[in-house]
Amino acid sequence: MSAALALGDDALVLSHRLGEWAGHAPVLEEEVALANIALDLLGQARVLLSLVGDEDELAYLREERAFRNLQLVEQPNGDFAHTIARQLYFSVYQHLLYERLAAGGGEFADLAAKAVKEVAYHRDHAEQWTLRLGDGTGESHERMQAGLEALWRFTGEMFQPVEGLDATGSGVDREELESAWLSSVTTTVERATLTLPTGPRTGAWTAGAGRQGVHTESFGRMLAEMQHLHRSHPGASW
Amino acid sequence: MAAVTADQKTQSTSGTAKAAGQPAGTAPDAADAARLAVFDAAVAADDRIEPRDWMPEAYRATLVRQMAQHAHSEIIGMQPEANWITRAPSLRRKAILMAKVQDEAGHGLYLYSAAETLGTSREELLDKLHAGRQRYSSIFNYPTLTWADVGAIGWLVDGAAITNQVPLCRCSYGPYARAMVRICKEESFHQRQGYELLLALSRGTEAQHAMAQDAVDRWWWPSLMMFGPPDDASSHSEQSMAWKIKRHSNDELRQRFVDICVPQAEALGLTLPDPDIRWNEERGQHDFGAIDWTEFQEVLKGNGPCNEQRITQRRRAHEEGAWVRNAAAAYAAKHTTTPSAPQAQHVEETA
Repeated sequence: MSAALALGDDALVLSHRLGEWAGHAPVLEEEVALANIALDLLGQARVLLSLVGDEDELAYLREERAFRNLQLVEQPNGDFAHTIARQLYFSVYQHLLYERLAAGGGEFADLAAKAVKEVAYHRDHAEQWTLRLGDGTGESHERMQAGLEALWRFTGEMFQPVEGLDATGSGVDREELESAWLSSVTTTVERATLTLPTGPRTGAWTAGAGRQGVHTESFGRMLAEMQHLHRSHPGASW
Repeated sequence: MAAVTADQKTQSTSGTAKAAGQPAGTAPDAADAARLAVFDAAVAADDRIEPRDWMPEAYRATLVRQMAQHAHSEIIGMQPEANWITRAPSLRRKAILMAKVQDEAGHGLYLYSAAETLGTSREELLDKLHAGRQRYSSIFNYPTLTWADVGAIGWLVDGAAITNQVPLCRCSYGPYARAMVRICKEESFHQRQGYELLLALSRGTEAQHAMAQDAVDRWWWPSLMMFGPPDDASSHSEQSMAWKIKRHSNDELRQRFVDICVPQAEALGLTLPDPDIRWNEERGQHDFGAIDWTEFQEVLKGNGPCNEQRITQRRRAHEEGAWVRNAAAAYAAKHTTTPSAPQAQHVEETA
């Protein structure tokens, strides 16, 4: 598996999920913010997938079992708190990872150096909303806690080995990345008056599964929608 | 797509056609007469009216209504296009469409801000939209049934909106005119992208060409309706033109739009669904067929294909987002650094 494919699929799939919010956000500023983040991620996906092959062939003509994204990013949006929990977990991971890739001088260094500026904004957005929801009203506190709990079991996968991203060449030490992530998320969660979930972060079904093309059920439906038009017109250009 | 439409403009405030600018039921005293003279002179001189300037109440009310409807059109107008974000057939097209829908939310924000300079609030305006007391452009009550509709909306709907809106960049009310300068730049960009999308389809496979033609066939007449009723049925236009909110009549703008579209359709390799379109040498303009004003009235009355769906989705997004807005307000109240903390009193109770 290529690391570019894994990182590209993460960005592609999360971008798609965020795109589903268009026209449904709780406030106009969030219509702008969520679309903005989705666009940044789509831009990253296009660069990464183009390193592997034709971006559209890769996005539209692979089946579910060939996608290498984390199960975390394919999880349905749920309510706004659920979406923010997913953003918090992923954007902190992505920010820390891209900082390290940018500094590591490997094949992703240039790309990561550009993307890390965007991802810093995504991370700030997710952290700020985690604080507002966690330390807002009783209802928002409960919803945010529920979002954190529901997605917790998908977070361990982020620290499974990804070929081409480990110590050799790219300068990413997974254990160090994991402890930096845990420390950052813990700080935000506690500031937000929330509790860090205590359940397992990996399991027999989730650890590394997305990276190996084993996904959760909603993902196939997401791809069906995403790919339908492109597949209906084989060979057409758009 | 920013689509302030003449059908909205003509639903003008009650009483605007009366003596210019006198608040209904108020006897003008000498000071008012002097202020009105200053206002009239500023409008006559093509000066901009600014938020702190005195203005006739009817002028203020007309602007609030028009700007609110314009803002609402941006927000509702996100829906027909957002309908295709998750199905866009290439990553490049998906990025363009996402950026466009994002721009529309941004245009809505500019326009609500501009309307707020007249003493209203975004919340109040949104409440009126949700209650059905303010309108949005009739065009967004039509469905997007194929991918080509995204191109047809860009080319025709944004094209009609731009034809309507470029004159608004010279509107007498400063904040509105300045918002329109920014919005028109982005709209022109969207329109070119829509045209380019249709061109790619038109030059593509037979099925793609047919998809493009079908979309143009469905969007052409509704786009012409965006300019509003014919001049002889548009009773409030005169006042808006006198105030220099509006610069051209509905029929003038509609004619201008048809004249622009005919050669563009030819260049696209697509036909317009009107057998009566032909060049009129004498007028130096195109003649075109009769618009179905009954359909237009039905859509305005709420009986278009998507009226119910559009407003329901908007209300639902607002209602389902209430707890998020309440959370932000509660957080701000807790963490404010000002000693008086007046916001705390405005935090709504959550269920």
